[in-house]
Amino acid sequence: MAAVIELKNVRKSFGDLEVLKGIDLKVENGEVLSVIGASGSGKSTMLYCINGLEPIQDGTITVEGTVVNDKSTNLNKLRQKIGMVFQQWNSFPHLTALENVALAPRVVKGLSRSAAKEIAAKQLAHVGIGDKLDVYPGALSGGQQQRLAIARALAMEPSYMLFDEATSALDPELVGEVLDTMRMLASEGMTMIVVTHEMGFARDVSDKVAFFHEGKVEETGPAKAVLSAPKSGHLQKFLAKVH
Amino acid sequence: MDYQFLWPPVIKALPELVDAALLTMEVSVVSMIIGLSIGLLLSFGRRSKYFLPRAASTIWVELARNTPVLFQIFFFYWGLGEFGIFLSSYVAVVAALSFNTAGYMAETFRGGFNAIPETQLRAARSLGMSFLQTQRYVIVPQVLRVVYYPMTNQFIWVILMSSLGMLAGLRELTGETQYFNSRTFRTFEFFAATAVIYYIIAKIVMLGARLIGWRIFRGQGT
Repeated sequence: MAAVIELKNVRKSFGDLEVLKGIDLKVENGEVLSVIGASGSGKSTMLYCINGLEPIQDGTITVEGTVVNDKSTNLNKLRQKIGMVFQQWNSFPHLTALENVALAPRVVKGLSRSAAKEIAAKQLAHVGIGDKLDVYPGALSGGQQQRLAIARALAMEPSYMLFDEATSALDPELVGEVLDTMRMLASEGMTMIVVTHEMGFARDVSDKVAFFHEGKVEETGPAKAVLSAPKSGHLQKFLAKVH
Repeated sequence: MDYQFLWPPVIKALPELVDAALLTMEVSVVSMIIGLSIGLLLSFGRRSKYFLPRAASTIWVELARNTPVLFQIFFFYWGLGEFGIFLSSYVAVVAALSFNTAGYMAETFRGGFNAIPETQLRAARSLGMSFLQTQRYVIVPQVLRVVYYPMTNQFIWVILMSSLGMLAGLRELTGETQYFNSRTFRTFEFFAATAVIYYIIAKIVMLGARLIGWRIFRGQGT
């Protein structure tokens, strides 16, 4: 099967600091890839490069055959296909839950107000907060805000979803509801790249795992195999620490 | 005290004073709209990565905030005459107040933009929104909320500053008051009445702004 998202020898620096030192990764259609590794190993930066929020210095990133780092690529168009969920959930505080989700379908896709709201209501119900349509984010819990962010991304009907430590900023008791929502998406066949510290999620939900160490993919393979029998010494140490 | 208060001339002149107050409001509203628009552009200019817009907007802000308003009005009314540009009192006063407001609001807007986390921009861009769409639907509405109350203060300030327009020959509220003063010599009565009118205008604007603010921002509290 052909890869739908592919990174080849991707290099990225912030000034003199090289954060990605030649990343190779492939994600196939319907696959869930979990990216694990210590903070500062380049996991999140890699996600930002995939939808072009951060430029890269070398290598190529292709999404469905479109080269992301090509100057002629229409990034706004490409990003419609790639939903992204952030660590800080980033709901728009001046809009109600419904308006948060309906905004991009309306202004980016040009849907009518009513059509956009219909999609928004459907997606909010899908992530389990269909009763909060007219509530402002300030009155939602962290877990609800993160599910709102997921619904907002889904409303653009993306083919791929990127999760950047979606549960790291949540209170422990709220992590479960967000992970459940992500599980649901995975079971629906969504292609996902999940940067996470939740080893349980990585093991149970993802097909593949990639372990990042100091800007490189140090080990990758089927999730269960990699996590239960890590070959790399760094990964062994990392897993011993997070468990 | 041997001064005899005499109010009938003031009461007789009230219709004219109210008309002049309306001119004061018109000048203030127009200056505010122009000043806000330019102020927003200047705040973008100050954060530009290019030298020219950055330098131009910095000079504007520095001059507007660090010279007397009266000088600014005189510059537009008399100063430009030296270069063969003759503005009417009305246009000169509007230009000066817009110039001043733009300078102050640019700084307020800048603070407002700095208050919006960078991640809001990323979230909007990740949804496929263009830079301009992101500004229009996500960033600017949030900035407006931050700058709303400083903005209403500036509006009241503009209304009060517009009284200096009298010195460029504009018959706004203060100019009109001075006109009646010179005709009747009822100095205290006229200026006292006008002070009350300014006070009422300022209070109405403040209360109206609170009401509108409450209506727009209710529920958004974080």
